[in-house]
Amino acid sequence: MINIENLTKVFETGQDVVTAADHITMQVPEGEICVLLGPSGCGKTTTLKMVNRIVTPTSGRVLINGEDTTQQDTVTLRRNIGYVIQQIGLFPNMTIEENISIVPKLIGWGKSRYLKRASELLEMVAMDPAIFLKRYPNELSGGQQQRIGVIRALAADPPVMLMDEPFGAIDPINREVIQDEFLKLQRLLKKTIMFVSHDIDEAVKMASRIAIFREGRLVQYDTPDDLLSHPKNDFVKGFVGTDRALKRLQLVTVAEVLETEVTVVQMNDSLSQALVKMDGAGYERAIILVDDARRPIGYVTRSVAQANQGNCSKHYSNLRSVVRLEDNLRTVASKMFTHDATWLPCVNSEGILEGFVTQRGITRHLGATYKAVQ
Amino acid sequence: MEIITYVMSNLPLLAQLTLEHIALVVVAVGLACLTGVPIGIAITQNEQIARVVLYIASIVITIPSIALFGIMIPILSVIGHGIGYVPAVIAVLLYSQLPIIRNTYTAINNVSPALREAARGIGMTSTQRLRLVEVPLSVPIIMAGVRTAVVMNIGVMAIAAYIGAGGLGVLISRGISQSDPRQLIVGAIAVSLLAIVADGLLLALQKRLTPAGLQS
Repeated sequence: MINIENLTKVFETGQDVVTAADHITMQVPEGEICVLLGPSGCGKTTTLKMVNRIVTPTSGRVLINGEDTTQQDTVTLRRNIGYVIQQIGLFPNMTIEENISIVPKLIGWGKSRYLKRASELLEMVAMDPAIFLKRYPNELSGGQQQRIGVIRALAADPPVMLMDEPFGAIDPINREVIQDEFLKLQRLLKKTIMFVSHDIDEAVKMASRIAIFREGRLVQYDTPDDLLSHPKNDFVKGFVGTDRALKRLQLVTVAEVLETEVTVVQMNDSLSQALVKMDGAGYERAIILVDDARRPIGYVTRSVAQANQGNCSKHYSNLRSVVRLEDNLRTVASKMFTHDATWLPCVNSEGILEGFVTQRGITRHLGATYKAVQ
Repeated sequence: MEIITYVMSNLPLLAQLTLEHIALVVVAVGLACLTGVPIGIAITQNEQIARVVLYIASIVITIPSIALFGIMIPILSVIGHGIGYVPAVIAVLLYSQLPIIRNTYTAINNVSPALREAARGIGMTSTQRLRLVEVPLSVPIIMAGVRTAVVMNIGVMAIAAYIGAGGLGVLISRGISQSDPRQLIVGAIAVSLLAIVADGLLLALQKRLTPAGLQS
């Protein structure tokens, strides 16, 4: 757990006095990722660097797990904090193994222990130790180097990690992959992390909590969903973007808005039975058609059922798309737009119907938090 | 033809003079490294001092060698070494300071700020950073400075023959005073060949000392 109390940094260069960070007070609970977000020059990086004293605070203090870091020796403090920077900073004269083992070596681990740790860490990020341990940084791609940068920070198993735009130097495609991998790793390791970013989408994706900075001040510190649904002022509104409702969609999964009570028809049902079922369930336009295993194969529309006679098997339309329980609503909305559908059936990993999602259901869910404030 | 006969009939002498010459340069440049590299590292801490030190070193190198030898005769005769190998070694040591100090200073300063920050941030002391990162990365450029010093001073050492230091310059000075073109040409070619060979060997050494991660 990181406790920041009135942390301030003032730079005096000749005539100018610049307050880079102004009495920042915040807490990062254990095991959470806090993203420090804001435009250039807002103080987020300065604040981060005051935690490991790369930048010396002018006043205020930082407590890590209850211990005041101003009392600690700087070098010992830093060896207990994992530090990842944007330019990666792998030492080119050392092998990957030597790079990863550097902090354990500095704190006195035995050789077999730190070698074992290096292999372990490489396997955690799906890089084969047999291939990569003896390579040099200049032989690796940017994405691979950044992964090594992250596991180098984890090598001595520090409780806290500081990351300064760690994925900024990687191309957008790889960046998504590395972000996902990192989140997976974090679920396993549960480190307490402070992460600087200037990208709202990255923040929404990675953060348990987001701290928005502006001109040296902490403006708002909330969970991503709270930040997006209740931005404090015009600056925050502008920063999170006018599409913030869409951004919120990616935070919600299908499971949260699923209508699980669903009436269906089967192949042998007649069209008149279909109409009866539709009325009974209150479906205005269509009803889902499933096979014997309750897998959706299509849908029967009200207009077709009213205009024809016979079995559903002869009068159904093909399914346009399906969604899964774990899909987020942004994906769902995208599919709805692509297939011009106001609703979509939801299936599990075996393809069996779990329920369905409607546009109205999504908007109702998003609107629910607004109502809660009033 | 006469030259070849001369060489053939004087091989022991040539060998002895060459070895003398090599020994003089190796000792002098070796000592210069022992002083120059630490000075180069030290001045990276303070820009003002760095400027002064580099300025002094570059002035020293502009003093013509024969003048420097001349200056040292009265100074060193106090301890009985006004002529001979001591002034020669001291002069070459002084001349070697600029390339070695300057290359060391530049190389260490050119280590990327990102690497410096990474080293600080993960918890290295300044000494550890120098030892583990900055100096290993600077070795190729420092070696290049040593090479410059060696090649230049093989030539300077030829002049040291005039103050009794020995070496291949002896052939050149005798060739001039005895009007013997054979000695003169053999001496001159030998010094040049020695410089070329030394440069090649030191280049190979430079490549071997370059950390594997930096070989392109």
